[in-house]
Amino acid sequence: MATPATVHSHAPQGFIRKYIFSLDHKVIGIQYFFLALTAVWVGMILSLLMRIHMIWPTATLPLIGDIKPETYLALMTMHGTIMVFFVLTTAPQGGFGNYVLPIQIGAPDMAFPVLNMLSFWTTFVAFVVMLAAFFVTGGPPLHGWTGYPPLSAIQSAGPGEALGADLWITSIAIFCVASLMGALNFITTTLDLRAKGMTMMRMPLTVWSWFITAILGLLAFGVLLSAGILLLMDRNMGTSFYVPLTVVNGQVLAHKGGSPLLWQHLFWFFGHPEVYIAILPGMGVASQVLSTFSRKPIFGYKAMVYAMLAIGFLGFMVWGHHMFMSGMSPYSAFTFSILTMCIGVPSAIKTFNWLGTMWKGHIRFQTPMLYAIGFVSLFVSGGLSGPFLAQPVLDIQLHDTAFVPAHFHLIMGVAAIFGIFAATHYWFPKMFGRMMNETLGRIHFFITLAGTYAIFMPMHYLGMAGQTRRYSQFTEVAYLQKLIPLNTFITWAAIITVAAQLLFVINLFWSLFKGPKAPDNPWDATTLEWTTTTPPPHDNFGGVTPEVHHGPYEYGVPGAPKDFIMQTDPPTVSGH
Amino acid sequence: MATYTPTTRLDDIGHKPPEPPARGGGGNGRGGEYPDYGARLRRARVGLICAIATVCMVFMALTSAYIFRRGLPTLDDGGTSYVRDWGGVDLPWLLLGINTAILLASSLTVELARRQVARQAALSPVQSIPGVSLGRESRIPWLGVTAILGCAFLVGQWLAWRRLNDFGFYVNTNPSSSFVFLLTIAHAVHLAGGMIAMVWAASTSLMHKPIESRRIVVDITAWYWHFMAVLWIYIFALLTVAR
Repeated sequence: MATPATVHSHAPQGFIRKYIFSLDHKVIGIQYFFLALTAVWVGMILSLLMRIHMIWPTATLPLIGDIKPETYLALMTMHGTIMVFFVLTTAPQGGFGNYVLPIQIGAPDMAFPVLNMLSFWTTFVAFVVMLAAFFVTGGPPLHGWTGYPPLSAIQSAGPGEALGADLWITSIAIFCVASLMGALNFITTTLDLRAKGMTMMRMPLTVWSWFITAILGLLAFGVLLSAGILLLMDRNMGTSFYVPLTVVNGQVLAHKGGSPLLWQHLFWFFGHPEVYIAILPGMGVASQVLSTFSRKPIFGYKAMVYAMLAIGFLGFMVWGHHMFMSGMSPYSAFTFSILTMCIGVPSAIKTFNWLGTMWKGHIRFQTPMLYAIGFVSLFVSGGLSGPFLAQPVLDIQLHDTAFVPAHFHLIMGVAAIFGIFAATHYWFPKMFGRMMNETLGRIHFFITLAGTYAIFMPMHYLGMAGQTRRYSQFTEVAYLQKLIPLNTFITWAAIITVAAQLLFVINLFWSLFKGPKAPDNPWDATTLEWTTTTPPPHDNFGGVTPEVHHGPYEYGVPGAPKDFIMQTDPPTVSGH
Repeated sequence: MATYTPTTRLDDIGHKPPEPPARGGGGNGRGGEYPDYGARLRRARVGLICAIATVCMVFMALTSAYIFRRGLPTLDDGGTSYVRDWGGVDLPWLLLGINTAILLASSLTVELARRQVARQAALSPVQSIPGVSLGRESRIPWLGVTAILGCAFLVGQWLAWRRLNDFGFYVNTNPSSSFVFLLTIAHAVHLAGGMIAMVWAASTSLMHKPIESRRIVVDITAWYWHFMAVLWIYIFALLTVAR
């Protein structure tokens, strides 16, 4: 077993050990980041193809050709799967969590560096297996990222449901194993490798968010793995866990007696915590950045910690609100509805605390801060439609309409992405030793924020007007004719917003090589990563073990020599 | 010849091995220095608890699926009325009982292996003192005995699956048989993981790794193995009680 002690001694030499199969959490974090960056472009292009097809259904696209209904469903499946697993789960936790968490708690590395490396490469294999589904006979599966049986459980159900679906499930199973290894490492590292003085209540909120996310992952991915194994057995071994008596193309299948609802229960027991796996790290980053750039302590630190714990806990009790359409008992629906509404309480606590943090602060409107504010904005906008969908009566009306994609894209998708953007701009100087371009960052922020709202706010209206989701064509449907202009507007907004992401990539790579050199603490921040050199040495602190004497957000302390006190400043440094 | 008289009873060492003061690691933010073996052992145990939590969730999901599917009414062939298609399975009770006994025995032997290596680790500094004799130390390779018993359990499970086939039960015969194969094979796969850990533990000995490193591997393997035994009893009870 490799331990931080062995890593501590000397940095590995040679390209392969240093950059490919590295045990260094910083390199692994960067590997995760670039994997997610690749995945997000694949996912975005797929969504763009879907939007173009919705408006111009007869258009022949380069490389793709005609988009048939099944092609549209395949695009939708792969878009959702890649975004949820390989972007929203991978970048915030695997990427930034890996890079920053050990440094923020004063550790030389993760608790199990070999496991950490295995976790990344297993994720990479899962991604390759997922992409392989594009290139096999029949193409990718059609069953959506939620993989509902019987469609997902029957090989003859459609052109992508043969080998493509097997690859999809296998990829998810491999991803589960990778995530479990990662979660184990995050939890052990947080519990056991904190520096002297770094008590739990002195941990930055980012560390709390990664820690809670890891607990959610540890408890949720095992369930998805089990569900996936049952699905593979139904598909390939003739069992009937999920498949009832089914007729496909006039032929009665051998399956009998299974229940598609069993999959839905298992899947959403994972699926709802997964929403928080995606968004909790964003909450941590937003808290960190808002406090730093408002030059104020985070408002209600303990309340923020307890709110995240409450969100994580409640996240395991609300899976049924994804199944109001399944004909569940009204009593069950009522219970799930009330529990879902309860999540609004800790969410509101967090939102008010973010606003309280900014209130009367000496706000520095630099790019990370803009993205953190954008995160709060999107979290509120997307969150407000949550209580609508939490009510069974309304959900039955809205569930299969564009209202639901509008809701979850705002709160789970783009809000989390804004958390990633904030994290990228905030920690880029520490990770790569150079500053990102502020002007490009601001332009990218404003276009992306405006574009996001232009895409997803009208979708709420489309949903209320009755536009169904998952349908590849609607332009011939009479009652939806009046919605075509709005759909066209959304598609153009999507095209512009996706194009604007090139600004981010240009900024990233230009700054990587040409950006101005970053000082050790460019943001005048307080947490441990800013006490070490930029970029940090192999063992993070150059052989020195940090000792923590202060909380993570001591900004604007009256009487202090500077407007911030770093966590490692001597205890004698304080205010009045 | 001088004779070493330990002040600590050797049997006690297996229960609560003396650990060097914890300078490294964290735990309430106390640590941060170079990790020592005590800290590494504690860290490995935390990691193991996380792994066990995951395995628990896997089997909890399978259990809920089992209970859900068992109580699920389904339409009959005519599609006119609801019937129960659970079926049921004639389990090879004697064989499974023997397998259970073998696994419980292996849990005992792996505990002896854990205490043996803990004792060796605790006494290794003393052994190097010239003229000091520690008396007769047990030379039984408990880890090897455990590995043999583990293999015997897996072979026994394989025979049980063959016996089920002889009874006419396959993985897709009925929902009940699907779960019997699923749960027992899933357990066997996890147990095989424990066997790999045992090979790893044995290799640390062959590679002349420090006794403390070996102790960590054996300790983790042993606790995992105990968990496998408990898990098997749970599965066996589930298959017996909720047939």
